[in-house]
Amino acid sequence: MPKNNKKEKKNKQFKYKIMKKNWPLWEVFVRSKNGLEHRHFGSLHAVDAEMALENARDVYTRRNEGVSIWVVESKHITASNPEHNGELFEPAQDKVYRHPTFYNLPDEIKHM
Amino acid sequence: MKEQLYKYILGIADNSLILGQRMGELCGHGPSLETDIACTNISLDLFGQVRSYYQYAAKIAGDNRTEDDIAMLRKEREYVNVLLVEQPNTDFAYIMARHFLFDMYHYMFLQELQKSQDLTLSAIATKSIKEVSYHLRFSSDWIKRLGDGTEESHSRIKNSIDDLWTYTDELFHLTDADKVMVNEGVGVDVTKLKDTYYTKVSEILQEATLEVPESKYFQKGGKQGIHTEHLGYLLAELQYMQRAYPNMEW
Repeated sequence: MPKNNKKEKKNKQFKYKIMKKNWPLWEVFVRSKNGLEHRHFGSLHAVDAEMALENARDVYTRRNEGVSIWVVESKHITASNPEHNGELFEPAQDKVYRHPTFYNLPDEIKHM
Repeated sequence: MKEQLYKYILGIADNSLILGQRMGELCGHGPSLETDIACTNISLDLFGQVRSYYQYAAKIAGDNRTEDDIAMLRKEREYVNVLLVEQPNTDFAYIMARHFLFDMYHYMFLQELQKSQDLTLSAIATKSIKEVSYHLRFSSDWIKRLGDGTEESHSRIKNSIDDLWTYTDELFHLTDADKVMVNEGVGVDVTKLKDTYYTKVSEILQEATLEVPESKYFQKGGKQGIHTEHLGYLLAELQYMQRAYPNMEW
């Protein structure tokens, strides 16, 4: 490579950050059919949202699983702390009356 | 006429078969799990297209030949793919450059093939073009990422584009069978695609901060069955099972 060229490269500002050893993790949500909600399908690595979408398309919808994809970088998800499970979830265990199971639903209503 | 159509179909299909085999070689060897799956998906898309073409070719031939015979049992000189698609998987930059240079052509070719008077070919083109427009999107995206990524990726993709450039002109050569089929309204006159091809390729390269190679020295021969040394090795692997265990099925 000629010397000038090398110098120019040094000053060049690159647009994409593909070099990072570990690409950030993304969570993938797929809508399997129109009318259904997006469901969490798994996760993958990508340098940016656009690449995450393409990767998700290849990794999670190649067997015709979806009609729409959402991706979100995993770090943007706030998760509950498993240590707090007692206070968060256990109180709900003995409160059946909070379920709407005491209503009769017409047969035509699906996905409830 | 029948013979010319048969040859014409192979001229289209062999490109997809050989490129599909090259992409398939990446199964389990891609640079990351995600790109590995992407490349093998593309490979399977190409093989799917190849099956449609070879099934049609077998029907045209009208003897007992099957799609598998056409795919697996020809000799090197009987494959008429362009030299570009048989070039080896040197590194990921080469893989993407080769794919991009072919995808752009492939997409433009299928657009025209959709208008073919031959309804089977136009139907295959219509089905395939959706797949190929994704291939083109995927490879263009990687050209830009590698070109405008890091010093290392920039120099690698630059080298691969420079090296593979010499195989691009052959895409636009017409064989005798091509000429007959163009006259029949069946085939695509690829010479007419050439200018648009180089314009579109240049646009992506510029976006990728890459220079468009200036070399005017081009290789040819694939369409006549005269291949680079790489095809023999590829076929050895592709044909191994059928050669070692003739008529094997699963």
